[in-house]
Amino acid sequence: MNIIVCLKQVPDTEAQIKIAGDAKSIVTDDIKWVMNPYDEFGVEEALKTKEKFGGEVTVIGLGPKRVTETIRTALAMGADKGILICDDAADGSDSIAVAKALAAAIKGMEYDLIFTGQRGVDDDLGVVGASVAEFLDIPQLSLIEDVEFAEDGKSVKVKRPVEGEVLTIESSLPVLITTQKGLNEPRYASLPGIMKAKKKPLDQKTLSDLGLDASDFGEGARKLKIVELLSPPARSAGKIIEGESPQEKAAELARLLHEEAKLL
Amino acid sequence: MDFNMPEDVEIMRTTIKKFVEKDLEPISQQVEEEARIPDEIVQKMRDLGLFGLAIPEKYGGLGLSTIAEIIVYEEITKTNACFRSRIGTSNGIGSIGIYYDGTEEQKKKYLPRVASGEWSAAFALSEPEAGSDAANIKTTAELDGDHWVLNGMKHFITNGDCAHLFTTLAVTGKKESGRSEITAFIIEKGMPGFSIGKKEKKMGLKGSETTQLLFDDCIIPKENVIGGDAMIGQGFKTAMRVLDKGRLTMGACALGASQKLLDMCVDYAKQRVQFGKPIGQFQMIQAMLADMATEIYAGRQMLYHAACMRDEGRKITREASMAKLFCTEMASRIADKAIQIHGGMGYMKELPVEMFYRDVRLYRIYEGTSEIQRMIIARDLLKD
Repeated sequence: MNIIVCLKQVPDTEAQIKIAGDAKSIVTDDIKWVMNPYDEFGVEEALKTKEKFGGEVTVIGLGPKRVTETIRTALAMGADKGILICDDAADGSDSIAVAKALAAAIKGMEYDLIFTGQRGVDDDLGVVGASVAEFLDIPQLSLIEDVEFAEDGKSVKVKRPVEGEVLTIESSLPVLITTQKGLNEPRYASLPGIMKAKKKPLDQKTLSDLGLDASDFGEGARKLKIVELLSPPARSAGKIIEGESPQEKAAELARLLHEEAKLL
Repeated sequence: MDFNMPEDVEIMRTTIKKFVEKDLEPISQQVEEEARIPDEIVQKMRDLGLFGLAIPEKYGGLGLSTIAEIIVYEEITKTNACFRSRIGTSNGIGSIGIYYDGTEEQKKKYLPRVASGEWSAAFALSEPEAGSDAANIKTTAELDGDHWVLNGMKHFITNGDCAHLFTTLAVTGKKESGRSEITAFIIEKGMPGFSIGKKEKKMGLKGSETTQLLFDDCIIPKENVIGGDAMIGQGFKTAMRVLDKGRLTMGACALGASQKLLDMCVDYAKQRVQFGKPIGQFQMIQAMLADMATEIYAGRQMLYHAACMRDEGRKITREASMAKLFCTEMASRIADKAIQIHGGMGYMKELPVEMFYRDVRLYRIYEGTSEIQRMIIARDLLKD
């Protein structure tokens, strides 16, 4: 089974995010960049599927040169090949443009499956997965927390949580699956894996290599414009409920939840 | 010199950081109390390749550069020091003598087992009368036909309880000068007459067993001299080369612990409120934090610089001693300030600060005391 995983490099979830002077971007000077955690689930699922059915895992990312570290990490986890779409003209592209470039890179390849995270933990938009599937004209299964292939490897049954219930969906291949937390526990990029990854192929492609027109990319071509970034408001102080007995406190809590918070 | 790390080294740093946060830190307290690393964690260390860091690829290891190895040790000492001790003793001082001076046959026989983590290794030099004066060992080995007979005892042996392989130094004769002639041997667990003595009770590194080793007419094959017959009487040189290499490792451990302590202090200084404001707003706390960070910056530059020099094939006797001396003494100063910043809480076992305080104290003693490092540096300065 040939599997593709689309990766995004995002700021470490522990990184302190500061809004830049233009109020439209973040300060990237001291940021440690990591693989989007949802994409890590995708890499792990791809590797597990390959271990069962054989085939090859190719990882694709888009972004500046530093994204090679994220692709190399996936190769160290066990993926076979990497592709980085690296082009100054793509800087500042919106999600649709990114999806268009990823789809163009995937189009000529033989594949049965595409995994990608249900969203990037930076912008939290969740648009790329669906858009790639749309550009490639293949079905899309989103927010998946369980993947099971038919014995012959020709179809897939997946589970998606819906309001406390579970929806089971079946699809033919090829298909694009966006991964949700709970799907698996991603393996580490082991040290021997990191040494092996140094020798694995990692191709760099420009937009014109993919037959794309640079004017459809970058800041100027954005359909989605960022107007302003704001920090979340500071958390207000909590409320301590007073009372003589647990019963009294519980009654007061119920009253507040009903009257003030309007949750009950 | 530019310290922009190669990409693979950065990925290793990320892997070890995650391993520390997800697998090691949550059980640090448990390991401290039970004085034992759980088997499943040792297995995870094997899977990650941590037992083969410096051992060349040819013998099943990773053949890491010195700088890569330093980064691995720096990251893994940001938690309980016994995890690093288990790994570092095995693929460092425990087995590296075989790589340096062993015969091809010995390398092929032992190094792959150590690199895979199937076997652990230990380094048996110290004796009650031979600490810094390492040449003053009393354990003897006598050749008797096709085997050697060892008698004597070793103490303070890290990994003593879990090692399968002991790089062991013993006296095999006397030089004309009257000094002992020392030979390095490979001793396997279970060889006749070899037993593990009592477990030492230590101030720190509680999760790492340190034991005595007893040799009572211990019989080992003739071919177990590291480097074969040609190396009989040359063991002291092997031992010194082994310890040379370890100096940067010790510096890296002290650096990792220091950085972790600083990170904890910065967090605490922002959270802990006294006199109506976070203590980080008081100048006396700020001065301590600034001094800690400055020392760490200096120590890191020294260590990375010495590591890069070694990777370029340059001689680093003086630089390695300087880096070990500075980083390990720095770690004690920083641990002391870290307790001070945390106040009463720093003295309590709920926080790991007091554990670091006890653990880093050892770095100034083992694998060459601070005094020995100063002696090496001064001798290098004064040599003709």
